[in-house]
Amino acid sequence: MNIVVCGKVIPASSVTIEIDPNTKRMVRKGVTHELDPAAASAVEEGLRLAEKHGGTVTLITMGISEVTIGIRNALAMGATSAVHILDDAVAGSDTLGTAKLLAAAIKKQPFDLVICATESSDSYSGIVPGQIAHFLGVPPVTFAKEINVDGTKITIKRQSESGYDIVESMLPALVAVSSGINEPRYPQLKGIMAAKKKEIKVYTAADLGLPADQVGEKGAREKVLTIGRPPKRQAGKVVTDEGEGGKQIADFLAEIKVI
Amino acid sequence: MDFNLTQEQLQIREEIKKVCKEFPDAYWREIDSKKDYPEAFVRKLSELGWLAALIPEEYGGTGLGITEASIILEEINHSGGVATVCHAQMYTMGTLLRHGNDEQKRRYLPKIASGELRLQAFGVTEPNAGSESTRIQTTATRKGNRYLINGQKIFISRVLQSDLMLLLARTTPYDELKDKTKGLSVFIVDLREAKGKLEVKPLDLMINHHTNSLFFDGVEVPAENLIGEEGMGFRYIIDGWNAERILVAAEAIGDGRWFIERAAKYASERIVFGRPIGSNQGIQFPIAKAYANVEAADLVRYQAATKFDRKEKCGAEANMAKLLASEAAWEAANACLTTHGGYGFAVEYDVERKFRETRLLTVAPVSNNLVLAYLGQHVLGMPKSY
Repeated sequence: MNIVVCGKVIPASSVTIEIDPNTKRMVRKGVTHELDPAAASAVEEGLRLAEKHGGTVTLITMGISEVTIGIRNALAMGATSAVHILDDAVAGSDTLGTAKLLAAAIKKQPFDLVICATESSDSYSGIVPGQIAHFLGVPPVTFAKEINVDGTKITIKRQSESGYDIVESMLPALVAVSSGINEPRYPQLKGIMAAKKKEIKVYTAADLGLPADQVGEKGAREKVLTIGRPPKRQAGKVVTDEGEGGKQIADFLAEIKVI
Repeated sequence: MDFNLTQEQLQIREEIKKVCKEFPDAYWREIDSKKDYPEAFVRKLSELGWLAALIPEEYGGTGLGITEASIILEEINHSGGVATVCHAQMYTMGTLLRHGNDEQKRRYLPKIASGELRLQAFGVTEPNAGSESTRIQTTATRKGNRYLINGQKIFISRVLQSDLMLLLARTTPYDELKDKTKGLSVFIVDLREAKGKLEVKPLDLMINHHTNSLFFDGVEVPAENLIGEEGMGFRYIIDGWNAERILVAAEAIGDGRWFIERAAKYASERIVFGRPIGSNQGIQFPIAKAYANVEAADLVRYQAATKFDRKEKCGAEANMAKLLASEAAWEAANACLTTHGGYGFAVEYDVERKFRETRLLTVAPVSNNLVLAYLGQHVLGMPKSY
């Protein structure tokens, strides 16, 4: 089975994020990056399926040269090879442009299953997996908490508010996995050493057959108008227990519709 | 001249940091308070292959250099942990690798690489022979196809956490030797099946390094477990000293960084007399000075490691790295303790634990006085000072 994982490499959790006031985009150049933990879960799921059923796992990512360390991380975990979409022209792509690029890169590989995180941990849009599935013409199966493959059929447990839905799909398909689907493995030292010998194919937008006006800032249909800080947290409500504290808390939870 | 680490070395640093995060301060604090062995940590590192960094690929390791190995150990100490608990598993096998025969290497190295066998005890020091290793009195007497070991060792760590131990023992009486550096031999002692009486008495020390006194009473070692030539053991252990000194220097640098980061953070947050204590030069400058000294020692450490990996002579650099790094770490430890005031003595702040740990590095595996004696005599050509 040929598995493609679309995963993002993002500024490391230790980095204080800065926003460029002119582009209104996150400053990524010169910043330490790491494989998004959500993407690491997607890679892990791909590796587990490949270990069980045989096959390859290819990571596809898009980003500046700083993301190489995250690609190497996925390769060190055990991914077979990687594709890096590296092109100044794709900077500022919106979700649709990103999905077009990723789908075009996926089409260059043989694939039975595409695995994505539900959303990245830096921009949280959550719509790229569905858009990729659209461009690939395969069914998107989302919020997966468990994936099982049986021949050409895939079954997932789809997390819902009240429990799980069991969803079946034929392959090829795209699955977006929920956070917590697994505990990503640490790379073995041998894996880190082996990763440097693994292939990373580098594509530009032109290599993928996408004209410059369809990708990057030029092709973006979404525009970030302003960026601001979230409102300061309001002071909390103090409940003094004088015999009916529990009831007050229950009333409060009912008021905000938690129960 | 390039002072930058390679991408691969940077990745090694980042990955070992991630593994160490799973073992936070509270883990090490509890291990220390109970005088336990950090089994889960050592097992995790073994499973992931980190302790097989120096074992060649043909024996199941990754065949990395001292530079990479030193980065691994540095980051363990930098994370708040104690690399000493497992560093010997990484490098004790060097004596076997350099001087063992093919059969010995094939028998032991792959299992050491996988962690199935632990070789992390090296019996050298004796009550009457500390720094003067050529004076050891424990004997190995050949009887047919085996040696009988009799004598006593002290300050031997992790014997109870090892399957194998390397042992330096006397095979020719001292008085019969013209060359006093000869007459000692190195053996692999399989602790799982050693016949005879071997008594292991744990020592109660300031640090939790699982250290023991050993009493050998007719312990049998098969003759095939002799490493290299009989009588050449002292030369063999000397061969491992440069590597050990570089690795210990890196551990000290990891400690130094831990102390400086904790001190700088506390100094910036702790408010006394209406302002952070770090705004007082009396607090800030010792931390800054220790930082400069740790960074300077780090440069010598990388110089030593680079020369070692290029197979160039590096005795002076390895010794200087150990000296400078252990002193810089100790300076940082004191700055950190002073910065924390009374809280520095509180177990829950971890400063006192690291303070005890890092003090050892000025004394072991070689006293800094002997490092100075080496530099004075062998590098600067002055008369022998001891």
